[in-house]
Amino acid sequence: MSYKFYGGIHPSPHKNLTSDGAIKRVFVPKRVVLPLSQHTGSPAEPVVKAGDPVEAFSEIAKATGFVSSSIHASISGKVTKISHSPAPTSNRAFSIFIESQDDEDQDFKTKERRDPSSLSAEELVSIIKDAGVVGLGGAAFPTHVKLSPPKNKSIDTVILNGAECEPYLTCDQRLMIENPKEILKGLEIILRTLNAKNAYIAIEDNKQPAIYTMEKALLNTQYSIRNTKLVVLHTKYPQGAEKQIIKSILNRTVPAGGLPMDVGCIVQNVQTAYAIYEAVYSGKPLVERAITLTGSCLKEPVNIRVRIGTVLKDLVDFIGGLKKEPKKIIMGGPMMGLAQYTMDVPIVKGTSGVLFLSEEEVRQAEESVCIRCGKCIEVCPMQLAPTTLMYRVKREFFSEAKELGIAGCFECGACAYECPAKIPLLDYMKYGKARI
Amino acid sequence: MNNPLIVSVGPHIRAKVSTKRIMWAVNLALIPAGAAGVFIFGVYSLYIIIASVLSAVVTEWVILAFRKKEIVILDGSAILTGLLLAYNLPPGVPLWLPVAGSFFAIAIGKQVFGGLGHNIFNPALAGRAFLMVSWPVYMTTWQNPRWTADAITTATPLALIKNNQLTLLKGTTYIDLLLGNRGGCIGEVCIIALLVGAAYLFWKRYISWHIPLTYIAAVALLSRVFNGPGGIFTGDALLSVLSGGLVLGALFMATDYVTSPLSNKGKVIFGISCGVLTFVIRKFSGYPEGVSYAILIMNAFVPVIDRFTYPKWFGWRKA
Repeated sequence: MSYKFYGGIHPSPHKNLTSDGAIKRVFVPKRVVLPLSQHTGSPAEPVVKAGDPVEAFSEIAKATGFVSSSIHASISGKVTKISHSPAPTSNRAFSIFIESQDDEDQDFKTKERRDPSSLSAEELVSIIKDAGVVGLGGAAFPTHVKLSPPKNKSIDTVILNGAECEPYLTCDQRLMIENPKEILKGLEIILRTLNAKNAYIAIEDNKQPAIYTMEKALLNTQYSIRNTKLVVLHTKYPQGAEKQIIKSILNRTVPAGGLPMDVGCIVQNVQTAYAIYEAVYSGKPLVERAITLTGSCLKEPVNIRVRIGTVLKDLVDFIGGLKKEPKKIIMGGPMMGLAQYTMDVPIVKGTSGVLFLSEEEVRQAEESVCIRCGKCIEVCPMQLAPTTLMYRVKREFFSEAKELGIAGCFECGACAYECPAKIPLLDYMKYGKARI
Repeated sequence: MNNPLIVSVGPHIRAKVSTKRIMWAVNLALIPAGAAGVFIFGVYSLYIIIASVLSAVVTEWVILAFRKKEIVILDGSAILTGLLLAYNLPPGVPLWLPVAGSFFAIAIGKQVFGGLGHNIFNPALAGRAFLMVSWPVYMTTWQNPRWTADAITTATPLALIKNNQLTLLKGTTYIDLLLGNRGGCIGEVCIIALLVGAAYLFWKRYISWHIPLTYIAAVALLSRVFNGPGGIFTGDALLSVLSGGLVLGALFMATDYVTSPLSNKGKVIFGISCGVLTFVIRKFSGYPEGVSYAILIMNAFVPVIDRFTYPKWFGWRKA
């Protein structure tokens, strides 16, 4: 019953490396590095200083302004310093460093179990905000902002995004298999805060086990999930992109430059729903998430729950190390993820996975000239003409590129993936977008 | 780490398809038609094909070396030009003719514009047009298939249609036309072989239906309506499609990436326009066949078509 969106590609999924193993229980490292800007919006402001003892799950940096998010200590220990560290999105991110002294209790114990039905929408949103919940699909947009749309925009539909269209990543899929009830409870809270009527749970058709468990949970649920339907989507990248998933499910087109709320819906990732559930029911802030560690260079590709701020090197050592030297280490999926130059980077809230890819997997190819095959136009989900834009950007005709809609590009990379001439089209798109 | 990590903008994985792979696939797809041509007209056709390909490759190599560019003969594009030019020649031409044609195709048709990806006109067709104006007699002396008694003929089915000599076509069935049992250019006669090759390209999704279908449909429709002996709607659509170079042109030359529009909408406009022009040339000009000139003329319009068919992007609103 799903609609089609224009374009898209079918990269080989590589999901079977990790899709069958349960998410490993949480790894608690001896040290964490917590960048102050792990989310979209203004960075958080530290409320601790070097030398302070901190307790896990306590707030160590508070949100500044509306579009911002607070950050919590993910382990108990001592703040060793507050300074720059390499991070997934920048090489100098202001961060809080915490080291544990071995004897602390690192487990979460709930202080009070809350019943969300007794809480108002405002109370729910403020709990979510205080827990530092951000979108866990990758963009890390503060969730409380999405849950507080302006008064003139009414939201009728919530889409729970379990598409997980990026190759290699399977953590969302595993979470849906293992914790479907909790995800539904999270969804229920989202629906209540927005007073939305309909909800859809969207999963690509190559994740049958997740479809099965979510459907079963929906049938057996004793919670009042209003009008929630499960939608099975075609497996096609970028099915999980916000505008594309809205098109696929509701056949609504988000206007260029607009937001999902302009067509009356919001999209939340399944992991975000799970984090909302934890925050509201047990008061647990966002200090953990499930991530996928995979790629042919790892001895043992896994899904694992990790504390935010875990340094990649520690994590890799913990899961058994590398089988061979990787050519690329990527934070996120292979399409939109960011290549890293060091293993000293921490896992942040928006990290959905880390890939350790070999030379064969990354397939470095030499760029040649455009032969005008039009494949990039065929696959661009935003219906742009990447090759035309590429020539505009190359010649620095930025105003023309703008007129041709370059701002609509959300950098999915489908054009560059498909290009037979191996032109780094996405590089040109990014450069052009930065210059308009 | 002694083995430094690569840091680059995504996507970090790439599709297997490459320019080279596509070019070789098209070359492969052309083999059945060439083999059929050699079978029909005799081994001399093979020499023409070889001469044409060799000339194209050598020309490309020399010019790339002269331009101090990377020598990329193995990308298959020069071979493709050579093949297509040979397929567009009558089977009895002297061997220096394909050599001259391929030289022109690569040197003037392609490299002068900047090489692969930059040429405005389909190089093979540019080469053919050059031969057509330079040595028209060679280019219009046809042969019957080698098993017919009178080997030399001056009339292809299209010429007969043009001169209202349909009676002379009496013995020729559609089956003959499909198999290539008629006079014509080396690579154009065996329609079945062309379709087999094209089917492979469709299956690999290297070409789409947009140009071939609209092109052939336009010619068929116009021929049916306006090209009959007994007035309107008495034309033989199938005969018009199967004779001449339409199938070869529509499947393999109008679909050339470099010289056809980018968007699907543009491709449809391009295909229909090629069809209309082909019909107009066939019907009203001094030539019986119009495929190559129609495509060449439309090649010149591609930038304009691209400009006016730039896609309306997702969520586009009238400003």
